[in-house]
Amino acid sequence: MIEIRNLTVSVDNRTILNDVELHVSRGETVALFGPNGSGKTSLLYAIIGIPKYTVESGTILFNGQDITKLSIDERARLGIGMAFQRPPAVRGVKLNHILELCLAQRGVTDSADINNCIHELQLSDLRNRDVNLGFSGGEVKRSELVQLLAQNPDFMMFDEPDSGVDLVSIQAVGRIINQLLEKEIMARRRTKAALIISHAGHILDHVNADRAYVMLHGTMYCAGNPGDILDDIREKGYEGCITCKK
Amino acid sequence: MQKVTMKTKAKKAWRKPSLYGPDIDLSVYTDQAEEQMPVKDLRELPGQISEESREAGITLESGCRSGSFFQIDHSVVLASSYESGLEVMNISDALQEYDWLSAFLWKAVSVDSDKYTAQSELNRHNGYFLRALPGHKVVFPLQACLFMKQEGLAQNVHNIIIAEEGSEMHIITGCATALSVQEGLHIGISEFYIKKNARITFTMIHNWSEKIVVRPRSAAIVYDNGVFLSNYICMKPVKSLQMYPTAYCAGADSTVRFNSIVSAEKGSDIDIGSRVFLKAAGSRAEVIARAVSTGGTVKARGHLIGEVAGIKAHLECRGLLLSDEGIIHAIPELEGRADNIDMSHEAAVGRINEEEIQYLMARGLRDDEAKAAVVRGFLDVEIKGLPEQLQKEIKNALKIKEKGNYLL
Repeated sequence: MIEIRNLTVSVDNRTILNDVELHVSRGETVALFGPNGSGKTSLLYAIIGIPKYTVESGTILFNGQDITKLSIDERARLGIGMAFQRPPAVRGVKLNHILELCLAQRGVTDSADINNCIHELQLSDLRNRDVNLGFSGGEVKRSELVQLLAQNPDFMMFDEPDSGVDLVSIQAVGRIINQLLEKEIMARRRTKAALIISHAGHILDHVNADRAYVMLHGTMYCAGNPGDILDDIREKGYEGCITCKK
Repeated sequence: MQKVTMKTKAKKAWRKPSLYGPDIDLSVYTDQAEEQMPVKDLRELPGQISEESREAGITLESGCRSGSFFQIDHSVVLASSYESGLEVMNISDALQEYDWLSAFLWKAVSVDSDKYTAQSELNRHNGYFLRALPGHKVVFPLQACLFMKQEGLAQNVHNIIIAEEGSEMHIITGCATALSVQEGLHIGISEFYIKKNARITFTMIHNWSEKIVVRPRSAAIVYDNGVFLSNYICMKPVKSLQMYPTAYCAGADSTVRFNSIVSAEKGSDIDIGSRVFLKAAGSRAEVIARAVSTGGTVKARGHLIGEVAGIKAHLECRGLLLSDEGIIHAIPELEGRADNIDMSHEAAVGRINEEEIQYLMARGLRDDEAKAAVVRGFLDVEIKGLPEQLQKEIKNALKIKEKGNYLL
């Protein structure tokens, strides 16, 4: 589904991702670990196409198509979606309006899934508020999820969906992500794929990941079984990854 | 006796420039207008006039209006009330019919404020008189349209609006020009009197053109427990618009709210403000302004004057620059003259936030759609206290203007 080859990205002439390789296949859920400032969010921004993240070399392929030079909305319309970690507040634009716009792109006017999700994530009061304006950390995460549900992309990126979410809500967040990723059906039948950034890995208690990567200093250091990697990180810290690679 | 005094005062102010906005040479505009024939129904108006006035919020069907007033150039072509308890008249007729009315002429606005008020007194070309009788609550909005059809004309109108005790009315007033008009001057004096426990919502939609000069001069006096809500929308080009409506919270627990939404295209010079004097305990005021520039200049002023203890007032001005050439200058002023007052303001002027656009694009919106959504959101001032129908009409008016403008 998504394949990143030798991707080097800079922001303001400073290299922040260096020769990154990553792939996520249809039906797969992949975790991305790394300490703060390692480049995880930058990678997601480069994949979604935020212009500030300049691709110096390498390619991003989506379903075999080179999307490296496409605009954000072109990528979104091809089927790439993202739940932002710290989205901007958009004054005057209601969460509900964004949901309607997302649904309209799919030719849907009303969705039972959305209504159920809003109920489950306790977003009813936020529906008619300006998106992200005055939202708590947890509300932002839940609002991002319902927007993704309305958008229904094939490849989803979740940037720290568990940070700032309380222990009760994280279960609901996990359920929605599983719903988005069609976890209720057999793996080989799934059409969706995901890349999940998690700093502490809490979300992986609720969402099964098939593989994991570790990113340090803008470079991929490791790939493998998410449980094993997480255990190593918990035991030895990210320093252990550096030592391991040496 | 009073008329003589007013005329004398006006003559003294004949050349007095306004404190704000470019000084206008009044002599370039003609004072002579062709007489227009009255109509019994707005549907009798020529197509072009009805089309232009429709964009200023005027509806031709009387069913959803409690009254209609329509003036073309200097001629009042229709003044009708569709319900008892509501008076809709040509101000000239009303001044003849009611001796007491002259006491309300130049009571809220000073006749010698500047050359424009003076001009209006010395060469008045009608205007409207609207009055809700005591206790009468008007359900549907009443509408008034001041239309300019003749090239190079000065239209000087004087309007008086009175909400008697315990009454309520919603007014939608549209000002527009014929497409063919290149140059023109509109001076509109509006004086509002909101008596005890009365309420007026006043929504003004301007639909001028590139070469029109506009100098409204408005003031409202709000008595005990009265409410005055004023909404102003100008999304079309205008050569020069300068207005600084003033409200006086004269009675205890009176409330004033000004909302304004303006857009300045290249070549438009807009100097707009709202001022509220809070003169009585418990009075409340809120001034909300939104300004967009696509190349024109906007001066957005606001002035709150707290004169007694126990008042509360807030001023909010936000400006959005959509062009490198535009200028938005926010000038908020708070003036406290007593202790135990609560006054605040916030002002922000800036360009469209790229991060917001990119966020919406990540949901699949094209660049222009995302910008339109952000601008529309920016302009979406929730106008509290308006009936739902009128709220919808205002939103529709904004939508029409967006479509004809730069947004869609």
